[in-house]
Amino acid sequence: MIKPFGLLAELTYACPLHCAYCSNPINLGDYRDELTTEQWRRVLVEARELGALQAHLSGGEPLQRHDIVEIVHSAHRLGLYTNLVTSGLGLSRRRAEELRVAGLDHVQISIQAEEPVASDRLAGLRSFERKIAAARVVKELGWPLTLNVVLHRQNIDNIAGIIELAEQMAADRVELANTQYYGWAWHNRHALLPSRGQLERAEKAVRAARERLKGTTELIYVLPDYYSDYPKACMGGWGQRLLAVAPNGDVLPCLAAHQLPLPRASVHEHSLQWIWTESPLFQSFRGTEWMPQPCRSCDRRELDFGGCRCQAFQLTGDAARTDPVCRLAPEHGIVAEMVQAANDPERPSAAALRSRPHPDHSR
Amino acid sequence: MRSTELIRTEGRPRLSRHVRLMFDRVRERHVLLAPESVTVLNATAAAILAACDGRRTAAEIVEDLRGRYDQVADDQVRDFLLRLTERGYVEIGDD
Repeated sequence: MIKPFGLLAELTYACPLHCAYCSNPINLGDYRDELTTEQWRRVLVEARELGALQAHLSGGEPLQRHDIVEIVHSAHRLGLYTNLVTSGLGLSRRRAEELRVAGLDHVQISIQAEEPVASDRLAGLRSFERKIAAARVVKELGWPLTLNVVLHRQNIDNIAGIIELAEQMAADRVELANTQYYGWAWHNRHALLPSRGQLERAEKAVRAARERLKGTTELIYVLPDYYSDYPKACMGGWGQRLLAVAPNGDVLPCLAAHQLPLPRASVHEHSLQWIWTESPLFQSFRGTEWMPQPCRSCDRRELDFGGCRCQAFQLTGDAARTDPVCRLAPEHGIVAEMVQAANDPERPSAAALRSRPHPDHSR
Repeated sequence: MRSTELIRTEGRPRLSRHVRLMFDRVRERHVLLAPESVTVLNATAAAILAACDGRRTAAEIVEDLRGRYDQVADDQVRDFLLRLTERGYVEIGDD
């Protein structure tokens, strides 16, 4: 049986930021009943037994959990490589030192832009200076630092400045990933999808910076898949490499899969072992049996696995269709139309964004 | 390139403090864990990395492994270490 490499633990959807491209579910209010410390411990034990080697502690803002140090400690004692994915808010020096002692291995901090005014506007909160301070603490305590930057129409033109900031902060890795259009980002797609010209300029800047930073900072750049000829190999295949656990204990093959009309799987009712190996949810799109044409007879079926099931569902209403990003997909016109609209000279460069609320205000 | 020369000469490789080499009881294989990366290792690769203690040179590591494994090519060990150095998983001390 295939074994997962990683567990994505979405500890809470509480978050002080309001990013309009947030990947969290729209129905945030449904996730307020969060797993307890003891339940998370059991999830970590079962994930390790299944073969997971990395625990990505994410959210929302994982530092909003009061038991984050205990959770890190438990994961570390199991031998999991622990990765904190944070906004940086709540990472005081004292908390950071506690996490260091608990065995945290790696910290990823998000920034929204290269300077405070734009960053704070996109985050919906004065947060830029606190993020920079948190990043400094991460380096001082000797952790590897990754900066995560979600790129879109309203910040991608400053990508060179973003990379320079990462350089100044001595980041070990920078993930420059264009927005993926799920959750809140889907609602804001017209204001977020960049133009072809923007992407070409960004790619040029990344190429130049890669040359300059060789051996010091690793630059990861992810194109918006709407502009690709073929779909992304989403999650390395359904139920192949990773399992995600939502704050309420729902287990998913991908963090966006909560929206699919599939039977639920929850740690409240089943072991991770059963969910991973036998549950109808994880079996739904494993392998190539489920594939429609043109995927079924396509040479690329083992390369991209038909693309993203959530995107297929989002765009066509049927999760078992070929990802419309693919130029061979019957519904590719849907994506082509959105790309065309993003390149309309009349399309504003900074349209208003609908920001993500706090979970408490979501209904 | 500096690390290339050091691997070829007197450099003493050691694992970066950002990575962890461990035996995975589930897969019954050694693995190298790093930020956003898992590498499942074969026995020779695991032995090479276990020998990267910052005290031995690459040449000494090759010598050491020859005693234990049949097929250890000098070039292959150096190439492997160089690849990991480029990724930042192995560091080269030269003192």
